[in-house]
Amino acid sequence: MLTVAVPLTIGLVGLAMALNLWRLLAGPALEDRILALDTLTVNAIALVMLAGIALGTRAYFEAALILAMMGFVGTVALAKYRLGGDIIE
Amino acid sequence: MLPSALDILVSLLLLVGGGFALVGSIGLARLPDFMMRLHGPTKATTLGVGAIVVAAMVHTSATSGRLSLQELAISLFLFITAPVVAHLLSKAALAQKARDGDG
Repeated sequence: MLTVAVPLTIGLVGLAMALNLWRLLAGPALEDRILALDTLTVNAIALVMLAGIALGTRAYFEAALILAMMGFVGTVALAKYRLGGDIIE
Repeated sequence: MLPSALDILVSLLLLVGGGFALVGSIGLARLPDFMMRLHGPTKATTLGVGAIVVAAMVHTSATSGRLSLQELAISLFLFITAPVVAHLLSKAALAQKARDGDG
């Protein structure tokens, strides 16, 4: 059953990432693009975990953790820039 | 190979997670207003990716034969950071609306 579920879920997450990419390109406001980029990172974490399941290795766990941290810091920096014009007050 | 009960559990968690991630991204792509669009990724996508990470945790625990809880750190981190991101982005959108003069 897992041999069916993993490719199917990769397809679902890939479709979700395509929709995020469309919102990233379409805008219209800068906030929409920031949100789309953040969602793209979160979906990328899911895809990395799925690759870990499909290939049966644990090496992808660190990559997913780093993606989560870098995505959060980047989104916060962009939102702070959008709020006040400076990132560190 | 996994025992059949765990196989079904992991497959179910994966499909539920993928479905929620897709629903959140459809919301991001289709809803008409930024404040509405904020709902999809911050709730549905976070839950979906959390479910996928939990599925990976169950899979690793079952194949390696011992409990592995490191993957829980990722879903915990996601659940903590999602509201922070949503709050900051909604604040940024509100400030932008006020600057435009219709807020």
